[in-house]
Amino acid sequence: MTAIRVLVGTRKGAFLLTSDGKRDKWKVDGPYFAGWEIYHMKGSPADPSRIFASQTSSWFGQIIQRSSDGGKTWETPGGGPEEAQGGVARGESNKFVYDGSAETGKPITTHKWYDGTQHPWDFKRVWHLEPSLDDPNTVYAGVEDAAMFRSTNGGQTWQELAGLRAAKGDLWQPGAGGLGLHTILLDPTNKNRMYIAISAAGAFRTDDAGKTWTPINNGLKSLYQLPDPDADVGHCVHRIAMHPSRPDVLYMQKHWDVMRTDDAGTMWHEVSGNLPTDFGFPIDVHAHEPETIYVVPITSDSLHYPPEGKLRVYRSRSGGNEWEALTNGLPQKDCYANVLRDAMCVDKLDPCGIYFGTTGGQVYVSPDGGDSWKPIVHDLPAVLSVEVQVI
Amino acid sequence: MVRVVLPFHLRTLARVTGEVELDVQAPVTQRTVVDAIEAAYPMLRGTIRDHQTRQRRPLVRFFACQEDISYDPPDTPLPEAIASGKEPLLIVGALAGG
Repeated sequence: MTAIRVLVGTRKGAFLLTSDGKRDKWKVDGPYFAGWEIYHMKGSPADPSRIFASQTSSWFGQIIQRSSDGGKTWETPGGGPEEAQGGVARGESNKFVYDGSAETGKPITTHKWYDGTQHPWDFKRVWHLEPSLDDPNTVYAGVEDAAMFRSTNGGQTWQELAGLRAAKGDLWQPGAGGLGLHTILLDPTNKNRMYIAISAAGAFRTDDAGKTWTPINNGLKSLYQLPDPDADVGHCVHRIAMHPSRPDVLYMQKHWDVMRTDDAGTMWHEVSGNLPTDFGFPIDVHAHEPETIYVVPITSDSLHYPPEGKLRVYRSRSGGNEWEALTNGLPQKDCYANVLRDAMCVDKLDPCGIYFGTTGGQVYVSPDGGDSWKPIVHDLPAVLSVEVQVI
Repeated sequence: MVRVVLPFHLRTLARVTGEVELDVQAPVTQRTVVDAIEAAYPMLRGTIRDHQTRQRRPLVRFFACQEDISYDPPDTPLPEAIASGKEPLLIVGALAGG
């Protein structure tokens, strides 16, 4: 029997929401890691029982948690005293050290700071965890200050893919939210190709499994945000989404503008069309319709809440430009919550389920591709991330 | 045995309740006590002091015998009452908020 497990990361812990394939009645478990910020949780496509979580705190730093039983129990990989013998790395699952070695190309060690000077890279937290598509022990981490790390032992130890910072990293500059690598897309047809996105540096692609990276920001325009609106790097990309059947087609929610590329990022063009505002954070693609995409328009970069207090998801069935408001079941007055970049996802059932969480603590589900919505929970802490598993 | 009181979130992470007791070889200092904590509870590595710099995290404080010793050099011997186990070393999360 099909079951659904929604992984919700919040400002004050993690929650697991479970249902059957109807997605009508839900069970809420949690909080896990109560009191900690859970930036992101994601299950392994190769082994859905394996889930990784990024647990962070301003006091105690970064923790990586791992479950091997679908979230019932958790461990810090290699963190237990029982692993004291045997040469296994202990207590290093939260050790993210930037690679400055000569062997990997002497990566750039400073980036642009708020005052225009160069500033050393300084690890703060893991924003996003992306498990490998076929190996439950391999997982990628996008971190702040922006860099990408990989673990091949289930999160016990991490190594930086330092070639990314060589992609004009000295020009990257943090936005108000920090210099975070928040999006990692793995090409299911080409193991050497990955896409990532950084606020506020832009989008990047590797075609050699992470050794070297290329900025892919042609066509992005950042008027009033960059002195050169067509700059090669520096754009505040909020999210990128891909349909696995067409990995060369990407959709982007930029700070302002919804964008699309049909050639793996060589050139982007705008598809904001008739959206009431093209500012927003998340973007995602229908599981079975590669031209059906979803965004949540937010008033502006100065007003981080829905226009007119109406929470509306917008759907395009034409790959952009022509959008329809989805409102059935969503609050259409007095709603001033935001939806963050990692807080929307889709399941693979038919009809496709769409999920998103808000900074007001609501998690909504649409079991019919966006036609109707209902809240799963109303009053969680502010939602940072939402992922879903079909099990 | 040196007695240490960990903050709530680190007790949860280490899966302990109450104080922890550690066998610390002399000299008993902030550094040797944290070394002993990290050896006994590897999941706490990086949470009290930074993995790479070995510096105390900014919002973690050390209290000994009603004194804030957070600014003392890490190799300064701790008071005899701490070294003998008469008094616990308190590791606390700093106050924050409005």
